[in-house]
Amino acid sequence: MNRSLVLPIVIPLLTAVLCLLFFRKPQIQRWVSVIGAMALLVVSLWTLRFIWDEGIQAVQIGNWPAPFGITLVADLFSAVMIVLAGVLGLAVAVYSLDSVDAQRQAFGYHPLMHFLLMGVCGAFLTGDLFNLYVWFEVMLMASFVLLALGGERGQMEGAIKYVTLNLLSSAIFLAALGLLYGLAGTLNMADLARKFASSATASSNAIVTALSMLFLGAFGIKAAIFPLFFWLPASYHTPPVAVTALFSGLLTKVGVYSLIRVFTLIFIQEFDYTHTLLLVIAGLTMITGVLGAVAQNEMRRLLSFHIISQIGYPLMGLGIFTPLGLAAAVYFVFHVSLAKSTLFLISGVIGRLRGTFDLKKLGGLYKAQAWLAALFLTAALSLAGLPPSSGFFAKLSLVQAGLGQGQFVIVAISLGVSLLTLFSMIKIWNEVFWKRPPVLEDVDGGEITLQRDWTWLAPILFLVGLTLLISFGIGPAFEIAAQAGRQLMTPQLYIQAVLGGGR
Amino acid sequence: MIIFAVLSGFGLAFLAPAICRWAKERSGWWLAILPFALTLYFFSLLPGLAEGEVQSLALAWSKELGLTFSFRADGLSLAFALLVGGVGALVAVYAGGYFGTKAPVERFYFWLFFFMASMLGVVLADNVILLFVFWELTSLSSFMLIGFEHDRNEARTAAIQALLVTASGGLVMLAGFVLLAQIGGSWELSSLVLRGENVRANPLYLAVLFLILIGAFTKSAQFPFHFWLPNAMQAPTPVSTYLHAATMVKAGVYLLARLYPVLGGTPIWLWAVGGVGAATMVLGGALALSQTDMKRLLAYSTISALGSLVMAIGIGSETALKAMVLFLLAHGLYKGTLFLVTGSVDHESGTRDVRHLGGLRRAMPYTATGSTLAALSMAGVPLFLGFVAKEYLYEAAYKVGALWITLVFLGALLNVLIAFRVGVAPFWLPAPAESGLPKRPHEAPWSMVVGPLVLGALSLILGVFPQVLGSVLVAPALSAAAGERLEVKLAAWHGVNEIFLLSLLTLGLGIGLFAIRNDVQRIAARLALPWGLDTLYQRTLDGLFALASLQTRVLQHGYLRYYLITIIVAVVGITAGGLFRWGGGSLPHLSLDLRFYELGIAIIIVLAGGVAVLSRSRLGAVAALGVAGYGVASIYLLFGAPDLAMTQFLIESLTVVLFVLAFYHLPNFAQLTPKRERMRDVVIALITGGLMTTFVFVAGGIQIHPSISQFFVENSLPLAHGRNIVNVILVDFRGLDTLGEITVLGIAGIGVFALLKLRMDQHPAKGGRPAQAGTKGGKE
Repeated sequence: MNRSLVLPIVIPLLTAVLCLLFFRKPQIQRWVSVIGAMALLVVSLWTLRFIWDEGIQAVQIGNWPAPFGITLVADLFSAVMIVLAGVLGLAVAVYSLDSVDAQRQAFGYHPLMHFLLMGVCGAFLTGDLFNLYVWFEVMLMASFVLLALGGERGQMEGAIKYVTLNLLSSAIFLAALGLLYGLAGTLNMADLARKFASSATASSNAIVTALSMLFLGAFGIKAAIFPLFFWLPASYHTPPVAVTALFSGLLTKVGVYSLIRVFTLIFIQEFDYTHTLLLVIAGLTMITGVLGAVAQNEMRRLLSFHIISQIGYPLMGLGIFTPLGLAAAVYFVFHVSLAKSTLFLISGVIGRLRGTFDLKKLGGLYKAQAWLAALFLTAALSLAGLPPSSGFFAKLSLVQAGLGQGQFVIVAISLGVSLLTLFSMIKIWNEVFWKRPPVLEDVDGGEITLQRDWTWLAPILFLVGLTLLISFGIGPAFEIAAQAGRQLMTPQLYIQAVLGGGR
Repeated sequence: MIIFAVLSGFGLAFLAPAICRWAKERSGWWLAILPFALTLYFFSLLPGLAEGEVQSLALAWSKELGLTFSFRADGLSLAFALLVGGVGALVAVYAGGYFGTKAPVERFYFWLFFFMASMLGVVLADNVILLFVFWELTSLSSFMLIGFEHDRNEARTAAIQALLVTASGGLVMLAGFVLLAQIGGSWELSSLVLRGENVRANPLYLAVLFLILIGAFTKSAQFPFHFWLPNAMQAPTPVSTYLHAATMVKAGVYLLARLYPVLGGTPIWLWAVGGVGAATMVLGGALALSQTDMKRLLAYSTISALGSLVMAIGIGSETALKAMVLFLLAHGLYKGTLFLVTGSVDHESGTRDVRHLGGLRRAMPYTATGSTLAALSMAGVPLFLGFVAKEYLYEAAYKVGALWITLVFLGALLNVLIAFRVGVAPFWLPAPAESGLPKRPHEAPWSMVVGPLVLGALSLILGVFPQVLGSVLVAPALSAAAGERLEVKLAAWHGVNEIFLLSLLTLGLGIGLFAIRNDVQRIAARLALPWGLDTLYQRTLDGLFALASLQTRVLQHGYLRYYLITIIVAVVGITAGGLFRWGGGSLPHLSLDLRFYELGIAIIIVLAGGVAVLSRSRLGAVAALGVAGYGVASIYLLFGAPDLAMTQFLIESLTVVLFVLAFYHLPNFAQLTPKRERMRDVVIALITGGLMTTFVFVAGGIQIHPSISQFFVENSLPLAHGRNIVNVILVDFRGLDTLGEITVLGIAGIGVFALLKLRMDQHPAKGGRPAQAGTKGGKE
């Protein structure tokens, strides 16, 4: 079984290569893309199932023993994130079929999307920090080209800012890797964890902590935390909505994943210092993000700022640093990616129906499109954390974890920010669905029906269905998260899976 | 069974649209069947209660989060559940007549029953989180119902205000609940009730108390959060009746009564809960003085009544809690009636302004009857339920002190005035001569008469025979609120004592005020403050928007160079902080074993870097970078990696050539930034470079562990069959990295191709796809 851990990397790679082989036949690429995404989802679910039953799994690539070769490791957290990639990959692959214009599809849209998924899955699976850097590069290049694909002026501006700031992240990451290798002589994560734990002196701890700040900076840029998030609102509203939906669900989450990984496994020597800093950053990220959202009047920009705000929540779970806190972080990441991608997909439908994303120019959709309104309301209220949605349970678990540790300030901030989130969701509802449309201009999108436009609606229904599943099925869903949280807080399990119990 | 009582309501909500399409104008009657059946079911539980038999049920939901699907129907719960079911049935019937078939009535019924089920959930839930879930769902349905006529701006604004106020209270309360469960050691109310001692002794007691109080106060429109309720009158009248008079706004009251055994009985409870309640009671009555709209008058009197209920719980004596339960029922009955009557009057005469209404008794005899019965109960006329309740309230306040009874007296007095202005005057006084009504009034349809008549009649019947209520309903409810088993004997008549005389005085003075109502109204309108909490709410929102856009302008300004500076400064800042903490104490002695040619190369690299920064021409800068690159490659050469060095030389050469080709057509650098900014950039760059250099020295100096590279040296040939270690690492030991890098190159190839060939700006998008934003200029 262990070898099949490579499948979540290989399947998107094969899919992308197949798409490239049919570069001149976009019609075939469309099929390949959807089938590849389905395969990824199936494999990811199977991986999750396997890891749930059997515990953390590792595979040594090329059979070179760790820490000398590259290790792929999947604990429950990784597995959950892979499932997330599979789910969003499939939803966006289908949504892209009609929503992304033919020219973009003819110029490599599909292979790029799968290359992106490959990079994302690689990042979730790798047990080696340099290898993580490589996957970051794959993601960065694929996402940059996807952002720029089409070459519209707005896109180019966004893409330039995106790539510049993310290259800065790569540079910091690479420098940090060099320093880390100098200190510890290895980049295998389990090996690092073991070595740092075995030789803990006050001085070496302090220098490792100082080094961890560079990683915090590098991953923080990827995760779009305060004050490193500028690339995100500068670029996310420029590409086709399908691309934004995929990015919003996966890219920043890779940053969060990496932060959680290294700050639970490797950099835990002085957690009262590092994790308090994380809490401070979490609070500031929540606040600045949500205030940014409140100031927006364009749906995609508004939602983009919310991505930032909601990065603060999993960081809060990490900062609290208890099994429950990390469980909350895992659940939150999964929930928020579903909800946010759904909202972007819905905004795409609205854009198609009304030809604009401007709140001031929209209106009347509650009367005209009751089903769309219901879907929006479900996703939006989930994002805002109204019970009994997944967002509520995510918030509840964070509040429980925070209050249990006496972290009153961050709990207060998180609750206040969730009120503002509700406020801005209500703002969209009010402007887009409730109020009368300002001018009754020609609406060229017309009606949208499930029979004719299933590629637009089916992904939304799929994601909303999943949101409801993890809401009402909070029992089993949170059990997985709780188990993932316990694994994260017990690094020995990870180290053992990679390096073997005997060492 | 209880679980079905709650869930069936949600089922009905989802079926309501289909039922509406099928039953057309009779939908109200059909839809009322379930709430009516539920009411009967709750009644059937009452006899068992008297014998101490409590229905309960618990299903696991999420063990990790302390969440169970647990319900429990004791006396207190059932008292509220009966109101929810009973009034719900009547409102469902009434709404059928009120809306006819023209409004999108199926959406109305959806949210109405959604609310009903949620409200039943609130009063029947045993798990605090489950209670909270339903609590927030009532806020949501309230939002959707207040904004039902969403084409009107006022309705939308009021809906948002109500939601924001109650939801913010709810969030605060959530923190309170979690803390309560953590210090009380249980998520179930039924267990928490038994652990009140521990909770009250805990140092976090005050925090828990205030957090939960804020939730209860926002929901039940207590001062200073009361302002949303009058605005919520933008809702259609059936909604105001059901949510904003009879049931939802009493959720806070329910919660306080429920938690009294856990949190109550302390001095701070008396002043925090009782005090706020009393203040709200008087304030609500006073604010009503200047109003002329029937609905707003009723809204303020509802605030006042909620104040009385909260005050009674604050006092917390047996009499006070008894008064609370009685007043809860009395108020539900009479206020429900009066709201329905208001809806009928508005519907049939076209206005709700009390100054224009009069003489409707002839045109609307049945409505007039219901209205009068309710008004008399509200005014506290003997033989009505309102009278019995008020007697107990007086008695309870009387025992605590003069201040309290004065406040109760004031509140009651003002309510007498409101009762007569809304419930009596429009029917029994002659119509004002100067104003004609917008419509010619006639009696409302049957569906709209049933509700007022039934509720009004109950006010009288239960007032005459309160003993029916005593043991069956009041005693179990009271026992639940007090946390101990209590017997109750009620009587309609307590004999002539001080309290009875006080009641008479209230009534008399109230009628006196009613006689001069127009002067009172004018004076009150003149005295009314120019701004209130409503304005404060608006200013807070405006302030929030201002802050948000200011912050966004400052942070997300659109200039890439400042983004870069911010990020670099932040990362350098935290890293320098980390190094500072470390302090360098144990840095081993660095032996700089430098050869002169090594030093020479280093100097060349540094100089080339300086030239690259200072050069005014692009070509010069690129050439200088090339020199620096060659320098680095020579270092590889010196340290025994000739193959790496070769690669590096090639890459550097190629890069310079490519740059030269690309830059050939570009002009020289322009000096755009002023000197001060450049100095700043120099400083930042020097600090960053200095920090990284220091770090490299440090990391080179302290090696916590030896490198694993020895493995590659030893095993490259025997195991991987390659002499060139670097090559073996690239293609074998770490082949996956290479796969990734090849992929990056492949993607870059697609990117170059697509960017050169595909320009969407020149190929207009296919129809229907929206224009892309952000095409206007340099800003995002």
